[in-house]
Amino acid sequence: MDFFSMDGRGFYVWGSFGAFLAAIVIEIVLVRLRIHRAQKAVCDTLGSADPSGTENSDAGKGSK
Amino acid sequence: MSLFKYSAPSSFYPLAGRLVPWFGTLAFLLAVGGLYLGLFVAPEDYQQGEVYRIIFIHVPSAWMGMFIYLVMAMYALLALVYQTRLSAMMMEALAPTGMMFTALALWTGALWGKPTWGTYWVWDARMTSTLILLFLYVGYMALVNAIDDKKRADKAGALLVLVGSINVPIIYFSVKWWNTLHQGASVSLTQGNKMAATMLAGMLIMALACWMYSIAVALCRVRAIILERELHAAWVKDIREVRT
Repeated sequence: MDFFSMDGRGFYVWGSFGAFLAAIVIEIVLVRLRIHRAQKAVCDTLGSADPSGTENSDAGKGSK
Repeated sequence: MSLFKYSAPSSFYPLAGRLVPWFGTLAFLLAVGGLYLGLFVAPEDYQQGEVYRIIFIHVPSAWMGMFIYLVMAMYALLALVYQTRLSAMMMEALAPTGMMFTALALWTGALWGKPTWGTYWVWDARMTSTLILLFLYVGYMALVNAIDDKKRADKAGALLVLVGSINVPIIYFSVKWWNTLHQGASVSLTQGNKMAATMLAGMLIMALACWMYSIAVALCRVRAIILERELHAAWVKDIREVRT
């Protein structure tokens, strides 16, 4: 119990660590959601634009 | 093989995907080690008692807030000088993480200030300049999202980041330039270490963990940004994740 009370300053210590953990978790969830949304958008675009896949002739070409 | 190859989003996207798990795992392991040292091994501070343990997240958060902004400024320079699209994307990917760490530095600083100084907040030079850094992050994100034309948005954002970077040395040196309530630097390369070895080790390991985490999450976010911006590019159709 002493560990959690932190000399009676538990609110300040765990309030800091809790906010830190919450921020990290929220950011990871948001980033994962964003990448899933982006991948879904690509899938939707592919599905509607080029079902045959014939437009892939210049795939892999990148530009600066 | 040239490193410049990776300045193209099409080359950088798969590389970032391969790097994310490595940096993520490193961040996790370092955080476990750093928190163990900070919460269980490091001794109680003779003046502040247990509340000083906030240092293990406050200092790394504050460092990351400043460091990420400097990295953004470097990318801003690259974006303006060399017109590399990936630089602008990296700026956009780093900003939310930098903002999060700056907000955490302010939050944990306030919770540390109350029991040690008797107040959550004062308009002290270090705290005020850190608050300005938070506004700079928010301002950058608002600006790039407010302009529809991505090229113009990137240019405006890069300019804002470059101009705002003057605030970082102000934050760092504020405790030397002005007589502030905030304590001076705990770690100095020129002066001796003022902390117990375990305290310092825990803090530095947590800083490394935050660094690795920032890289992992920024790489993950930049992959999303690349897909959003290159939605109609031909190479996107060959990506494994969207083909399966």
